[in-house]
Amino acid sequence: MSEFFSMGGYGGYIWASYGVTALAMIILLIATLRGLRSSRIEREQLEAVLQSRRPRRTKKTQQAS
Amino acid sequence: MNGFLAILQRDLRLALRQGADSVMVVAFFIVTTTLFPFGVGPEVNILARIASGVIWVSALLAAMLSLERVFQTDYEDGTLELLTTSPVSLELLILGKVLAHWLTTGLPLIIAAPLMAVMLNMDQDGFATLMIAMLLGTPALSLIGAIGAALILGARRGGVLVSLLVLPLYIPVLIFGAGAVEAALLGISAIAQLQIMGAILLLTLAAAPFATSHAVRQAME
Amino acid sequence: MHRFAKPSVFLKFTAPILPWLSVLTVILIAAGLYFSLIGSPVDYQQGHTVRIMYIHVPAAWMGLFCYVGMAICGAMSLIWKHPLADICARATAPVGATFTALCLITGSLWGEPMWGTWWVWDARLTSMLILLFLYLGYMALVNAFDDPERGSKAGSALALVGAVNVPIVKFSVDWWNTLHQPASIVRMDGPAVDPSMQLPLALMILGFTCYYFVVLILRVRLELNERRIRALHLSGMFEDSETPASAKEQAYEAGHNVEAKQ
Repeated sequence: MSEFFSMGGYGGYIWASYGVTALAMIILLIATLRGLRSSRIEREQLEAVLQSRRPRRTKKTQQAS
Repeated sequence: MNGFLAILQRDLRLALRQGADSVMVVAFFIVTTTLFPFGVGPEVNILARIASGVIWVSALLAAMLSLERVFQTDYEDGTLELLTTSPVSLELLILGKVLAHWLTTGLPLIIAAPLMAVMLNMDQDGFATLMIAMLLGTPALSLIGAIGAALILGARRGGVLVSLLVLPLYIPVLIFGAGAVEAALLGISAIAQLQIMGAILLLTLAAAPFATSHAVRQAME
Repeated sequence: MHRFAKPSVFLKFTAPILPWLSVLTVILIAAGLYFSLIGSPVDYQQGHTVRIMYIHVPAAWMGLFCYVGMAICGAMSLIWKHPLADICARATAPVGATFTALCLITGSLWGEPMWGTWWVWDARLTSMLILLFLYLGYMALVNAFDDPERGSKAGSALALVGAVNVPIVKFSVDWWNTLHQPASIVRMDGPAVDPSMQLPLALMILGFTCYYFVVLILRVRLELNERRIRALHLSGMFEDSETPASAKEQAYEAGHNVEAKQ
């Protein structure tokens, strides 16, 4: 087991490489997912407001969009 | 042809009116080159070794600093928009502007370069090749720079951004330009490097006006 | 290709793909990790450090692959006017830049134990460094405009110009490197790749590629949401005459921050 971690003495370099890579890829993924979630929530909120207004204001919103 | 000459004349006249601009470019070139001995020490051998690289890098930076001038003022006062609607092809007009830029930036740099080469103790063998290489290289720098200058129209912090965009694209010119001079200093023929620089110049001459006009039209939307 | 031009079509098409792609990514990378770290032999020259190659080479591959992708998207956007193309380019850039940076970092971590130096100006690493600058320039450009669509378009032009430059840069750097031949020949992809080493390499490359497509789909969705949000703000939602003036102004300010800056 310790052989696995020390990797013939080069463990530091090897695990640093794998670690940095894993970290970068995970952070990128998480940042993307969070951004996606918040943009989805904002879009749904705005569309809900638009929907709630639509019945009273059909003519005007149709003109505007 | 008339449109090309007209825009060339106009830009030259404007640049000469603001003579300070050209002088500043050369002054920057001289100052930057002079910084290196302070950084690496005045030992003559070392300076001679790094001379061609230092001169090229300084020339690159100096050329890059003046890029904003190519389009920015015309963009701001609406002249650029008028140019895009002109019956003369935009690519030709851009070539005129780039030529004006080179005449007021590249050419002075070429003239100042031997002076810097002397100060950095470059061997006499390299001088002619340096001039020829810069003659082939600086127009390419102006052409590539024009693409960058057009892309950043309307952007925030355009001045700094254009450096980041354009410097990676300048690297091949730098490599072969400095390489040509080093070959000459070693007594080998630099013809291969100069031919490649010629090829790069022809390529940019063909492609840059179109890329630039596209970017200019984008900026007009 | 224009079939996928409508955002709704893109979303419908990618919705079933995404979970499968994600599972595939995890499987490929997990298998790749197993074979990289455990199931592959030690190199007779480099010992265990050859295991870094299983990340370094795929990262380099992804850096190049993404840039080519960006250039193709740029071409599709500018020449064929495909509406989703510049979004795809913009979504790809951070991924490509990350992989390029990882290539450089793992290259350093490989170089130090092997050749005793953290950085070496060999042709491949130097080209990768320039590629990183191209990515950073692209990302700076697309974010430098108040109007994101103008930014995406400018970025597409830059990606194309950069793409033309990439082979020239590679050629120049190769030439430059052979001229200034370093003392020891550095080969950043290790010795000729033994068959037992090909499997982990292939798994990691495929795994990274699938990862890229997963992140791409997610980021394009994000971008589409943002466009929809902007469109909603601009659709005149705030022309409501029943809303008191101050509230309308507040909403206007909040929603039109971007336009107000110009």
